[in-house]
Amino acid sequence: MSVLIFAELDEGKLKKSSQEAIFYGAKVADMLGTSATAIVAGAADDSELATAGRYGATKVLHASDSKLNEPNGMAYATVVAAAAQQEGSKVIVLAKSSLADAMTARLAGKLKAGLAANVIELPDLSNGFRVKSSIYTGKAFAYNDLKADVKIVAIRKNTVTPEETEATAPVEKFAPALNDGDFAISVKSTEKSSGDILLPEADLVVSAGRGLKGPENWGPVEDLAKALHAATACSKPVSDLDWRPHSEHVGQTGLKISPNLYIACGISGAIQHLAGVNSSKVIVVINKDPDAPFFKSADYGIVGDVFDVLPRLTKAVQAL
Amino acid sequence: MKILVCVTSVPDTTTKITFTDNNTKLNKAGVTFITGPYDDYALARAVELKEKTGASVTVLNVGEADAEPVIRKCLAIGADDAIRVNAEPTDAYFVAEQIAAIAKETTYDLILMGRESIDYNGGQVHGIVGEMLGIPSISPVMVLDLDGDTAQITREIEGGKEELAAKLPLVLGCQEPIAEWKIPNMRGIMTARTKPLNVVEPVGTDKLTTVASYELPAPRGAVKMIKAEEAETLIQLLHTEAKVI
Ligand SMILES: Cc1cc2nc3c(=O)[nH]c(=O)nc-3n(C[C@H](O)[C@H](O)[C@H](O)COP(=O)(O)OP(=O)(O)OC[C@H]3O[C@@H](n4cnc5c(N)ncnc54)[C@H](O)[C@@H]3O)c2cc1C
Repeated sequence: MSVLIFAELDEGKLKKSSQEAIFYGAKVADMLGTSATAIVAGAADDSELATAGRYGATKVLHASDSKLNEPNGMAYATVVAAAAQQEGSKVIVLAKSSLADAMTARLAGKLKAGLAANVIELPDLSNGFRVKSSIYTGKAFAYNDLKADVKIVAIRKNTVTPEETEATAPVEKFAPALNDGDFAISVKSTEKSSGDILLPEADLVVSAGRGLKGPENWGPVEDLAKALHAATACSKPVSDLDWRPHSEHVGQTGLKISPNLYIACGISGAIQHLAGVNSSKVIVVINKDPDAPFFKSADYGIVGDVFDVLPRLTKAVQAL
Repeated sequence: MKILVCVTSVPDTTTKITFTDNNTKLNKAGVTFITGPYDDYALARAVELKEKTGASVTVLNVGEADAEPVIRKCLAIGADDAIRVNAEPTDAYFVAEQIAAIAKETTYDLILMGRESIDYNGGQVHGIVGEMLGIPSISPVMVLDLDGDTAQITREIEGGKEELAAKLPLVLGCQEPIAEWKIPNMRGIMTARTKPLNVVEPVGTDKLTTVASYELPAPRGAVKMIKAEEAETLIQLLHTEAKVI
């Protein structure tokens, strides 16, 4: 009856968002008086997988079939459904991500599960199973009652802050039957900016808009991001104009992020932009227009020219 | 070739969200409802494929009668006919069940929809439909080209993109820049009035998830302004006061 946590790998390492999911899942297991099992698919060392124990997992199931080395939402759903069956799990926890989204939907279909996405708090079990989620692109919250026999909870970044212990979790091989249909989609090529901090995973984000005037001017934005170990993001017109890749576009029609710190440079703060970033813990706005709407939603603001302010911030970070 | 485009009716992107009835219902007063922005991309690509290949395009909405203006707009943009499943679309699984039921009656080569709705932001319906029909689902799709019965697809992944190939039939969740948004022209608006809009009753009654109540976020505190000449102070404040760096 254990709580099952789908933990995701990035180049053989447990993703930070999955560490949060394991910690969250272990808390839910405590509340339900049961244990927490993590299920991982793809190539990884046992020593890395055992670190799931630090966040509260008491067992790790490892599906190491080489066919699973490529992230594949459909095949991963088959793996997680089989793990849920083996463990008798009625609650499945995971962190939202591009892979997890594809996986979760197939899984919900397979298990006829009740599902809440963008969950931002631990569940309330006093009267059934109720979770709070972010809806209307961060403009509101919903209290969802999950009524199905199997419940899937997809948490948003920063829902919990894991407290680590020294514990390690035993790793068991897990080899469910995979279907040909799970591999009906063939991956021809993958293009990924390597070495960078993944935007949805990032604690700190430096973002810039049309105020930067052109793609050739991104140097000061990247310098500050590098000094802070932050990810970079952008507003919609910037990705529409191909100044930056679409995967950096945040907002209503882009990624929704909730980092600890969001620094907006030369972004006006249109409601559609805000929608994707307003759940950041701290928002800093740098804009030369004192009437820019973004200042109304900021914690700290500087009225000034980004080309003057950014290099000075970078120097100050380096001096910390 | 038959294409099914599933569309939602959602509050306009500039809407300030509020609730009524003791925070149990969306306050619809003064709210303009639009086609889900991602669904607009799905429809636009379907209409382009229709122009190129002669495919038929059916629009499907799971929603109550007040969604009909949104459906008519899709017809005006170029869909051939429409189906409305007469039910409140409260739960992703329920909506997916309705779509799958329609798709089991008529075989569609492509089922296109937005990658997520902008009200519940679940992003789940396409995957559940794919699972129910036993066909592949892919999202978020940025490029869709057809090469016989094989789709060539570019999908966004974290920090980049992926090129994929898969045989039809497929369910796809779409996003920009898959096509240019289309605006209905006068002729489209006139012909939309005469295109068939069939209303059918929902199947099943499972509500696996229900919303007990809603809440608005607490307002942010006042902004602390820092003079540009003293920009460095910001970094100190983020370090010592906000403790985020
Ligand atoms: C359906 C729909 C969905 C949308 N979805 C999104 C979305 O997901 N994300 C999104 O971002 N937008 C979205 N938008 C667009 C949104 O409405 C705004 O147009 C967009 O966010 C504006 O981007 P911006 O702030 O970079 O550009 P602008 O509005 O042009 O603002 C540029 C800002 O830079 C400032 N500036 C200029 N030069 C300098 C300088 N040297 N130093 C400092 N400041 C400077 C200016 O004062 C101005 O405030 C959407 C719109 C619609 C209709």
